Amino acid sequence: MNAQNSRWKRQKSLKKAVRFALALLLTAFFLAPVYWIFITALKSPEEIFAVPAVWFPEQLHFENFTSMFSAGELKPIFNSLLVATFSTLLALAVGTLAAYSLARYRTGGRALAVWIISLRMLPPIALAFPLFLFFAMLGWVDTYHGLILLYAAINLPYVIWVMRGFVEDVPLELEESAAIDGASRWQILWYVVFPLVRMGMLATGVFAFIYAMNEFAFAVVLTRVDVLTFTVKISHYFGNQTTSWAWIAGLAVLGSLPVFIAVLVMQRYLVRGMSMGAIKG
Amino acid sequence: MKNGRLNRTLIRNNMKSSTGGGAGDRRFQYLALSPAIVLLLLIGAFPVIYNLVLSFQSQTMLDPDTSFAGLANYQELLSDNRFWGAISHTLIIAGFALPVQLVLGLLMAHLFVGELPGKRLFIALLILPVVIAPVVAGAAWRLFLDNSFGPVNAIISWFAGGPVKLLWTVDPTLVYPTIIIVEVWQHTPFVFLLSLAALLAVDRSQVEAAQIDGASGWTVFWWITLPAIMPVLGMVMLIRFIDIMRIFEMVLSLTEGGPGTRTETLSLYTYTTGFKDFSLSYTGAIAFVTIIMMSVVLWVILGRMERGR
Repeated sequence: MNAQNSRWKRQKSLKKAVRFALALLLTAFFLAPVYWIFITALKSPEEIFAVPAVWFPEQLHFENFTSMFSAGELKPIFNSLLVATFSTLLALAVGTLAAYSLARYRTGGRALAVWIISLRMLPPIALAFPLFLFFAMLGWVDTYHGLILLYAAINLPYVIWVMRGFVEDVPLELEESAAIDGASRWQILWYVVFPLVRMGMLATGVFAFIYAMNEFAFAVVLTRVDVLTFTVKISHYFGNQTTSWAWIAGLAVLGSLPVFIAVLVMQRYLVRGMSMGAIKG
Repeated sequence: MKNGRLNRTLIRNNMKSSTGGGAGDRRFQYLALSPAIVLLLLIGAFPVIYNLVLSFQSQTMLDPDTSFAGLANYQELLSDNRFWGAISHTLIIAGFALPVQLVLGLLMAHLFVGELPGKRLFIALLILPVVIAPVVAGAAWRLFLDNSFGPVNAIISWFAGGPVKLLWTVDPTLVYPTIIIVEVWQHTPFVFLLSLAALLAVDRSQVEAAQIDGASGWTVFWWITLPAIMPVLGMVMLIRFIDIMRIFEMVLSLTEGGPGTRTETLSLYTYTTGFKDFSLSYTGAIAFVTIIMMSVVLWVILGRMERGR
């Protein structure tokens, strides 16, 4: 009996060890290209083009970043952060209001809800093309307010959809008792609902921010010089003859780090955020 | 499901009666929604209408001819091999990448259902490819697969015992495997994360009851687990399919649509006609057709999902 038990235990721990090894292997595969572009940013020029490839440089070089900074090549990072931040704030404000209306009054019914989320899934380039002509007419091409407004609009369906779920989680009794105490709709929204959905707004905002940081199709069409975002700037470094890998890697690192940090901080909301609120996880 | 809907109606009626309902409430309801609607029309109505209008003209950037041209652009579209090629290229990527992502993601999720040391850290690291910008993903892999100084060819050479120089992003036989690998790499963790959440939510008592009755692992998976996680898998597939259908900058930074137009996707073709060839009206026609095709698919599927809420 005892011998059997210990054999069973050994088998179980062996299985666990195999699973752990598999998990390690998978993580290595999924992280390898990320590691590679990060380490490339920290290599010396000779190491970047060394054959055979250098996996672990002897020392880390930060010259790429300083030379990019002094050449003014880091402005796209600033642009991306600025546009992503302000468009996210705008989308959160406008979107949470709309989500409340949809959640509590079912305004527009199912048709409106479906139309809203379907907008998030249309091909950006098919929308960007007429918008470019429109923006050109208004003189909004390559302006901060143009891109901020557009990114807010493109993130809005997502924000409305996810925030609708967070609003539905607020116990209705709280709102009702506030209403009985004579609070107006706006007061209920501000004093009862907002404090309860704050974390939800933060999580939703993080995902909207990530989307705006990573966006490319609208930015490549609607920016030229002043508002160039880091994703578009990266595409400019691909040359016919030479590709500036050091600078591509540098921008990739600086543009990805804020996103990585945001994800690690918001890990609790990953599932809910990525499933557009469908899984409450 | 039915019950949920009933509850919502009840809730709504309750809200109305407790606040006295009436005009003030209705005004609030629409006032709260209106700023969003204004912004949404900017992306949801204006581009659709403007594409349609453009498509009935024959404008180019050099020739602003706004006279009515009838269906000429649509006729051209029907016989445009590059357009149909772009659609089939996009479908090829979806057809291969989607099943692989789904199966691999599910298998990975299965691996993480039980206890595992460092589980949270593993998940946090595995998810990073999903949140990386697609243009960065393409660039990272182009560097990773570089024929002379990339580590992948170095590893293959080491195994082969001699120098191997595979042109991953140029060789016509390799470009599709490359794009599909990168797409699978970037989005399998997405499938993984959501499948894992679904698997963890499966009712354990049902699984255990079936196991006591002597059901094998496969039987349990096929008859209990799979039906339980199907709604999540359906949504995951929809999101991935739609996302691949508009694949753009990842391919742009990997192969630039080449060699020739061999890997030109629908979005890449739209971009080229609009911003390289400057055929405004023709691009309007392509964009309009694309939007309508995608919208119909989306409305049908999303409508059904929303009904189930």
